[in-house]
Amino acid sequence: MDTVIDYLPEIGKAFTYTALLFIISAVLSLILGTILVAMRVGPVKVLRVTGTLYVNLVRNTPLAMIFFFFQFAAPRIGITFNWVDVHIGQFDFTSFFTAAVVSLTLYTSTFVCESLRSGINSVSLGQAEAARAIGLPFGGVMSQIVLPQAFRASVPPTASALIAMLKNTSVAAVFGVIEATSQMKSMTNDNADARLEIFIAFSIGYIVLVEVVSLIAGSMERRWRIA
Amino acid sequence: MPASVLFDAPGPKTRARHRLYTVLAVLVLVALAAIVLWRLYDADQFAYEKWEPFLTPFYIQAIGEAWWQTLSMAGLAVLGALVIGFVFGVGKLSDRAWVRWPCWLFVEFFRALPVIMLMVFCFYTVFGDLPISAAAYWAAVLALSLYNGAVLAEICRAGVLAVPKGQSEAAYAIGMRKTQTMNLILLPQAVRIMIPAIISQCVVALKDTSLILIVVPVGLTKIPKQLPQEFQNVVPTVIVITALYVITNLILTWIANYLQKKLVGEKKVLQVATTTMPTGATTL
Repeated sequence: MDTVIDYLPEIGKAFTYTALLFIISAVLSLILGTILVAMRVGPVKVLRVTGTLYVNLVRNTPLAMIFFFFQFAAPRIGITFNWVDVHIGQFDFTSFFTAAVVSLTLYTSTFVCESLRSGINSVSLGQAEAARAIGLPFGGVMSQIVLPQAFRASVPPTASALIAMLKNTSVAAVFGVIEATSQMKSMTNDNADARLEIFIAFSIGYIVLVEVVSLIAGSMERRWRIA
Repeated sequence: MPASVLFDAPGPKTRARHRLYTVLAVLVLVALAAIVLWRLYDADQFAYEKWEPFLTPFYIQAIGEAWWQTLSMAGLAVLGALVIGFVFGVGKLSDRAWVRWPCWLFVEFFRALPVIMLMVFCFYTVFGDLPISAAAYWAAVLALSLYNGAVLAEICRAGVLAVPKGQSEAAYAIGMRKTQTMNLILLPQAVRIMIPAIISQCVVALKDTSLILIVVPVGLTKIPKQLPQEFQNVVPTVIVITALYVITNLILTWIANYLQKKLVGEKKVLQVATTTMPTGATTL
């Protein structure tokens, strides 16, 4: 255990980066996912087709290739994040961090879009028809009947998409962000005698993070469950 | 009769408004596409010499071999994952606590870990003695087998539980043992339900093979690391390699959808959470 204890401050910092990557990308992908789902279920056909195309394209691309694009290919066509250089306390938010956030957001938003869409699809047409039949106006149908049900049904799959993203933040390790997996890799490389304990320590870190997100998602789901 | 719960069948005014939106959307999209194309053109990315390697037999062959390597990694990983998935999925359904709990622990542990971390661990410890590229290849296979095996175990469990209860009751009623019931009655029916979910998991495995980039690039990810060093064509390379991944995955998805219709009918795809979630959710 000595090695892990010696490195404890670094490990804590690395997991903080993981958590920060997760939180920022989660918020952004929820926003982008909502925009995408609005495009995909809306009445304008051009937007519907564009949304579907985007989702199918990005969902089938390996996340590593998206990271690769923003790290190496995008600068060649003038897309850089060098203007981002924020330092808060001991944490640096550099171009690497921003590229990671952008890649994770673009990738995860497609899964968020699909979860929200599955929520909307789970509301049966009869609900909207019944709401119209009792005389609710369009706004009432939406705000009282359709959206509450759609929202509740989409909580579990969205939470699942976000948990998958929490694990996906580890891809940033390949592309210059010193988060948990990157730290784990350099420690594994440097301490040949303590590889198993390093692996177990980082596994516990990830499991704790995943469990925290799961518990929050679970309690939201229970609170909003359709009776 | 509205086609969606979200809006009514549009009237003449709304249709006119939608036409306006369509025109605006087309304008915005065309402008975006124009910006992208102009940027590419401005950076001289359409130059023939940047795309030439993708028309040269030597490099086409290299890309083909890399693609095959990626496919074989994913294929071996799925085979390993199937074995692990069936063993632990059935194990989780066991009546004996001393079988059930270790299986539960295994599945939950490997489902919660990032694959990339498993790859690093396998690379350094399990295959540390092999030459580097072989170690990376097998580390990817083993890590993906463990992770996807844990997910497939859940799929397997859900598949067996999705078989109507009457089937196992009937099997017990005619005097079959637990093993016989599982092997002869439940699993054959569960496999039909599971196949589309298994193929969707192949897409995940195929995408995740690219993560071995963290130690040594193996398979298709090798190309965008090496080719641009020679030709300075990182943008075309990324486009071509991404297209290869997407096409392969779309074919797999298409097969999954076809089998879903053929084997399961229009019923919903079997859905399993990738982590410890209280209720079922999507597999990613």
